[in-house]
Amino acid sequence: MGKTIAEKIFDAHHVDNPAEDIHVIRLDAVFCHEITTPMAINDLVSRNKDHVFDPDKIKAVIDHVTPAKDSKTAEQGKILRDWARRHNILDFFDIGRNGICHALFPEKGFVYPGFTVIMGDSHTCTHGAFGAFAAGVGTTDLEVGILKGVCAFHYPSTIKIDISGQMSEGVFAKDVILSVIGRLGVNGATNKVLEFTGSIVDAMTMESRMTLCNMAVEAGATSGICFPDMTTVEYLWEFIKNEYSDKKEALDDFNRFLSDADARYDQVIEHDVSRLEPLVTFGYKPDQVKPVKEMEAIKVDQVYIGSCTNGRIEDLRVAAHELKGQKISNSVRGIVSPATPKIYRQAMEEGILKIFLDAGFCITNPTCGACLGMSNGVLAQGEVCASTTNRNFNGRMGKGGMVHLVSPATAAATAIAGYITNSKLFKG
Amino acid sequence: MKNFSGKVLFLDRNDINTDEIIPAKYLSEISKQALRPYLLEDIKIDGFMPRTDIQEKSVIITKTNFGCGSSREHAAWALEVNNINLVIAESFARIFRQNMFNCGMMAVELPAKTIDRIFRDFAGKETYLETNLKKNIFIITANEHHLEVSFSISDFDRALVMTGGWVEYADSKY
Repeated sequence: MGKTIAEKIFDAHHVDNPAEDIHVIRLDAVFCHEITTPMAINDLVSRNKDHVFDPDKIKAVIDHVTPAKDSKTAEQGKILRDWARRHNILDFFDIGRNGICHALFPEKGFVYPGFTVIMGDSHTCTHGAFGAFAAGVGTTDLEVGILKGVCAFHYPSTIKIDISGQMSEGVFAKDVILSVIGRLGVNGATNKVLEFTGSIVDAMTMESRMTLCNMAVEAGATSGICFPDMTTVEYLWEFIKNEYSDKKEALDDFNRFLSDADARYDQVIEHDVSRLEPLVTFGYKPDQVKPVKEMEAIKVDQVYIGSCTNGRIEDLRVAAHELKGQKISNSVRGIVSPATPKIYRQAMEEGILKIFLDAGFCITNPTCGACLGMSNGVLAQGEVCASTTNRNFNGRMGKGGMVHLVSPATAAATAIAGYITNSKLFKG
Repeated sequence: MKNFSGKVLFLDRNDINTDEIIPAKYLSEISKQALRPYLLEDIKIDGFMPRTDIQEKSVIITKTNFGCGSSREHAAWALEVNNINLVIAESFARIFRQNMFNCGMMAVELPAKTIDRIFRDFAGKETYLETNLKKNIFIITANEHHLEVSFSISDFDRALVMTGGWVEYADSKY
């Protein structure tokens, strides 16, 4: 019997089997941010175990609330900063160099195919786009990861989502993943790995694959995962060019992780996106999705473009394409957060920031910001936001606020119209 | 080992997420105790009054996919500092479930039929649940009603509960 990519990665990282079906695996990377890590650090200190398993495999960033908004968040940043310094964690990204963890760390070349990654953040599944097993964990798992470089999981059971068909113009990776979540439900993939394959995924950029894998957790999945291919190699080439004589050799090396043809799956789902339209969520769960055209009457108070889901350069390009020469509605507050300093700079150099400014958007620094209602862009009671983020939970962006999840194209079109609407790109 | 018996809080809903259990605006706290007043503050259940309804409760019984969404262990901690160390549900989100056992707490799944029966017979009544970890049974009582339900947890989860959590366990082994 063959193996899936996730099983192959587990087998290559096996440490222990403390109980039936529980596998302790060795970690290639432990990512940390200032919200979930300080309590792990404090606990390690209080247990007199203030050590790290390998400072080079730990990457840390202040991204959720930056610049600090009050004394408490300043203290969280300080705990992370002091800890990174005393343990010689060189890849620590503080203000000026910081960005959203799941956009910044891939950009720095910290995730390779075949890697095992954990972080105290549920959207860690994003990094599966690189053919890695990447899982969000709680603070205790993170703490043990920091101390010992291991984490315990059930042996992976995989749902394969084969995405095929002819995707219409104006339909994006965000719409695809919303359609998958709509199909599976918010717990349809609990304790499973979602393996995304098929011609649509093959044709996707790394940015789109990250959008796809990012929301795997919204169906309950432990990790999303895409097969590494030449697109992966091209993205990583500047970081790996000294390790391989050419790109083909790198690809051959990465290919050892590909799922076997006779691998066993929990489920195989054929997901044809030929008739897929741009989608939008309603209600308070990310599996509640409808075509945008069925929600056209919904007025919005705020449009947010950013986050680990859709704050990357191609997202900003698409939104700018829609916004060029346009003004956003007087009744809408537009906020855009480029996800990293590199994306910010690129957007500046490509004239994208000017388009956003001219249209009437507020541009923030790279941060998780409005997505979780923890720092900026918080909604007032009864307000509605069309957002390129990942969760429409009740109260997510502010108590009593309503969030509709959309693609960057739909978000931009909505900002102009003042109500939820399709982008010009979609001709359906 | 923590206490796993006491009065029951019934949460009659699926997909209760960790933003509802503890909203993100409280994630800037760096002590578990500070989370205490905010447990379930944003939950959407008709007629549910977090501050009063949580009082003196030590066990939660709920439906499917409890603890979905954000990985924040603050959700488990907010329960812990309110003396709730046991959640019984039809199913849990993976990270929340792991966080509970990692803290030496318990997240126990029961079949849908059993959960439905418990809700039918006990919800709305002052209910007490006693956990017998040796025999793997919950004894649920409310006035005239009495129900014994067997449950199972894996040896690994049991070891975490016995040792007080994953940090001690992992540090002694790896």
